[in-house]
Amino acid sequence: MARTVWDSSVGKKTVMAVSGLVMLAYLVVHMLGNLKIFFGSDEFNGYAHWLRTLGEPFLHHEWALWIVRVVLVVAVVAHAVSAYQLSRRDIRARPSKYVHKRARASYATRTMRWGGIILGLFIVWHILDLTTGTVHADGFQAGHPYQNVVDTFSTWYGNVIYIVAMLALGLHVQHGFWSAAQTLGVGSRARDRALKTVANVLALVLTLGFVSVPVAVMTGVVS
Amino acid sequence: MKLTLRVWRQKNADADGAMSTYEVDGISPDMSFLEMLDTLNEELILKGEDPVAFDHDCREGICGACSLVINGDAHGPERTTTCQLHMRSFEDGDTIDVEPWRAAAFPVVKDLVVDRSAFDRIIQAGGYITAPTGAAPEAHSTPVPKPDADFAFEHAECIGCGACVAACPNGAAMLFTSAKINHLNVLPQGAPERETRVLDMVAQMDEEGFGGCTLTGECATACPKGIPLMSITGMNKEWLRATRKAGKR
Amino acid sequence: MTSYADYTTGEPVVDTKAPTGPINERWDTRRFEAKLVNPANRRKHTVIVVGTGLAGGSAGATLAEQGYHVVQFCYQDSPRRAHSIAAQGGINAAKNYRNDGDSIHRLFYDTVKGGDFRARESNVHRLAQISVEIIDQCVAQGVPFAREYGGLLDTRSFGGVQVSRTFYARGQTGQQLLLGAYQALSRQIAAGNIEMHPRTEMLDLIVVDGRARGIVARDLITGKIDTYFADAVVLASGGYGNVFYLSTNAMNSNATAVWRAHRRGAYFANPCFTQIHPTCIPRTGDHQSKLTLMSESLRNDGRIWVPKAKGDTRPANEIPEDERDYYLERIYPSFGNLVPRDIASRAAKNVCDEGRGVGPGGQGVYLDFADAIRRMGRKAVEAKYGNLFDMYQRITDEDPYEVPMRIYPAVHYTMGGLWVDYDLQTTVPGLFAIGEANFSDHGANRLGASALMQGLADGYFVLPATINDYLARNPHHEDVTDDHPVVREVVTETEDRLARLLAVDGDRTPDSFHREVGELMWEFCGMARTDSGLRKALERIPQIREEFWRRIKVPGTGEEFNQSLEKANRIVDYLELAELMCLDALHRSESCGGHFREESQTPDGEAARKDEEFSYAAAWEFAGTGTAPVLHKEDLVFEYVHPTQRSYA
Repeated sequence: MARTVWDSSVGKKTVMAVSGLVMLAYLVVHMLGNLKIFFGSDEFNGYAHWLRTLGEPFLHHEWALWIVRVVLVVAVVAHAVSAYQLSRRDIRARPSKYVHKRARASYATRTMRWGGIILGLFIVWHILDLTTGTVHADGFQAGHPYQNVVDTFSTWYGNVIYIVAMLALGLHVQHGFWSAAQTLGVGSRARDRALKTVANVLALVLTLGFVSVPVAVMTGVVS
Repeated sequence: MKLTLRVWRQKNADADGAMSTYEVDGISPDMSFLEMLDTLNEELILKGEDPVAFDHDCREGICGACSLVINGDAHGPERTTTCQLHMRSFEDGDTIDVEPWRAAAFPVVKDLVVDRSAFDRIIQAGGYITAPTGAAPEAHSTPVPKPDADFAFEHAECIGCGACVAACPNGAAMLFTSAKINHLNVLPQGAPERETRVLDMVAQMDEEGFGGCTLTGECATACPKGIPLMSITGMNKEWLRATRKAGKR
Repeated sequence: MTSYADYTTGEPVVDTKAPTGPINERWDTRRFEAKLVNPANRRKHTVIVVGTGLAGGSAGATLAEQGYHVVQFCYQDSPRRAHSIAAQGGINAAKNYRNDGDSIHRLFYDTVKGGDFRARESNVHRLAQISVEIIDQCVAQGVPFAREYGGLLDTRSFGGVQVSRTFYARGQTGQQLLLGAYQALSRQIAAGNIEMHPRTEMLDLIVVDGRARGIVARDLITGKIDTYFADAVVLASGGYGNVFYLSTNAMNSNATAVWRAHRRGAYFANPCFTQIHPTCIPRTGDHQSKLTLMSESLRNDGRIWVPKAKGDTRPANEIPEDERDYYLERIYPSFGNLVPRDIASRAAKNVCDEGRGVGPGGQGVYLDFADAIRRMGRKAVEAKYGNLFDMYQRITDEDPYEVPMRIYPAVHYTMGGLWVDYDLQTTVPGLFAIGEANFSDHGANRLGASALMQGLADGYFVLPATINDYLARNPHHEDVTDDHPVVREVVTETEDRLARLLAVDGDRTPDSFHREVGELMWEFCGMARTDSGLRKALERIPQIREEFWRRIKVPGTGEEFNQSLEKANRIVDYLELAELMCLDALHRSESCGGHFREESQTPDGEAARKDEEFSYAAAWEFAGTGTAPVLHKEDLVFEYVHPTQRSYA
């Protein structure tokens, strides 16, 4: 069955839909967690610490976090590989372009591929910046995420990268969520409005939620 | 009306093609788009040039033969077939670009004519109900709820023109394939082959080299028969259901 | 030199296959008497089927299911595009689901009467019997017929019939039935039982030792001319309405297959019997390439009228009620707007000839829904006729909810065709003709919703039963190959014909000739025919033919995709067939059904049959291009439905 799914264009879309929804669920939690930054460094750092102790004593220290990380990596890889393979198939299926060009489909739909690539690159930067600190601007301090966040968003490029990525995320989620519903066959004429509304709300809330942090740092609300 | 046409000319499947420019004059707004091309062809023949080849037959919007991309739109600016598009949809002095369906699975045969036999092979893979002649039970032995019958009809309206593929940026045949699957799978008569139908047709569709669906909705916008985009959702659902069932067996 | 009109009369043709005995037992008798081919041996028999419409599609699928090796052809890019797809209205069947007094016998009776007593009783009765099985078959295939809320099939009354026996799928019944047949065909193609050749056009028939053994066909993409051999050949290539240039047929529907078969010895029966459909959209100008039909179900609620005064150019809505002539309701009070097609068409022509026609050129009458909208409400009219109204608006740019539609008759169907016996076999052994390609069931006029019925009856049920008998009785033929002198001759002839078309390099396009002969036919062999008019046409056609071979211009070569060459080659055959149609119309100096001779009418202008003289089917034997053919009469015997003058008043 796994083979059938992976070999079929419809099946591969299913993989994309499921992995996309997994990441989406994570992002909602991530975004809500981020908002703790508005309650000051103690609460924010405390929350970050608590994440490491999640599931104890049943789980060993940081295991929960690692499980999430593994699931996410699988999701990202599955999502990206299927996207790549499907895109290759799509491009092969339409080798020559129309001479007469005109704008097609909605902005979000057309930017799925580029948006996906932007998000992929952002994830790499984001991890190097705030998880490992490899590319962090101003002396990365492990265990002090509040300070690290403020540092990142005190640089102009940190803000630009982050905000651009979050706008791409919004567009990606807006089309992706609705699209995943169709791929999984849960869309219907009766449900379509509801699904589109949920997609729009999710996209908006995620984008606003994430972007509020750099904006707060820039405006000095968080410092 | 006086018009400038830029038409894709390609001698045969192996030749390179290019846009050629023609002027046509004395076009009536009541002409259909194909009658306008007829006028051009009559002139070309008399000039000893090769007339523009294009597929057409019934010219009443039902056979699905006509297949032109006009100014970048499959079947042109109105939601109808090319043969039912009339010149009143254009302005005097317009320049109109006419191109063939473009998709790897629909290779150009000549000029504006493409090979759509891939669609036939998708139907051959399972787009039927096995009902040998003579074996049919009395028609009223299986009532079909009206909403199901209407749903089946709405999808059975597909004329197989391929505008969905032409319009799709991925050259996908999802709308075509899903229309037939939805038509047959909703009917009680189609139930015994419900799973094999969708699995085999989707596999054939992939095999033919059509692209995948990214739900841009271009197909449904171009469809002259108004097959809804949700048709694809229905096919996905059927495919997942069939895959799950096949996995259990 | 004798003129073409000086035909001779040969031996009568007798249908030796129709059993005698009670009419309702004849089909059973025939099936029982027919020899069968051992199922294990069927694989060894090849059957060629030309055409993939309702008749060809259903026949190909069924023969393949039975185990025969089928080689099938269509000129379209896909078998799904055959012109049966354009039939709108519905399909008749004597199911009597409405309990409104219908029966097989009534459908039989209505069809014989509707055909104005020029059809063979045995065939028509069989058609009525089979009609009920067709519905079962199509429902089993998943054809989405209209249904009622209880889940059962809906029916409506159609075209001058007083029972509700027409099954339909919105305005697209032909499409849905054709797709059913196409899907059955596809299943057999996938199973390897049918070798399908799309974009391949039959150009000639191969007859060896008096038997049909194959065809010559051209691959329309490469231009390659190939031969295909078989044990039997089935023509399901449709009608020849495109002789008229403007008709409701598809642009590429053509008569080449049947005409070439005729030239090879198959008799052509009743070629003058053409049906003119009353509710088509009028032409808008010389550019018109085809006419579009609107379902005659529109006549159920629309009222047909013209202004009482000649040359009244006021817009329809400004003509007061008492200055309108609802001429069908006036002349035929009991049937009103629902009179049969031929009567409605002729009445429209008459009022237009009087100068009371409406629209450009005065070639149109109004079909008015104002009363229906007042009575039923716009919503109800929309639900019933919405798609037709949309189609009308798209073509004419006029809103039929606001202003009355304009309609005019157009050539729609040809009842004539290759003569066939009860087994649907032509006078060439091994050559069968089914569907519109034969002359068999509709007599001089076809009732609405009967074409689909006949196509499917022939293809699903009749031919598969009767062809068995032929194949069983003729089991071993020596193989025919390309080296056979007959085959070489036919191929050479075909190649020469195409080469000649390309070589003329004249100054007129194929379409210009097609239009010319079409206009001539419409004028002299259309809705009303006269002795002098037909003679004029017979004089003119050979001249056009001569001019054609002198001035035709076909660009390109024969070794490529060449639509002009395809067209020109079809016109060659139209230019001969037109002549035979005119001769048939001339010789039949009676009026019957769709054939109206002005000399033969009742005092109130109705068609007057002459049963003593013309109660026969006229089967013509080819004698050479432009040479007077030989007439063979098949006397029609009416044991069950006694000829009466049709009256719809």
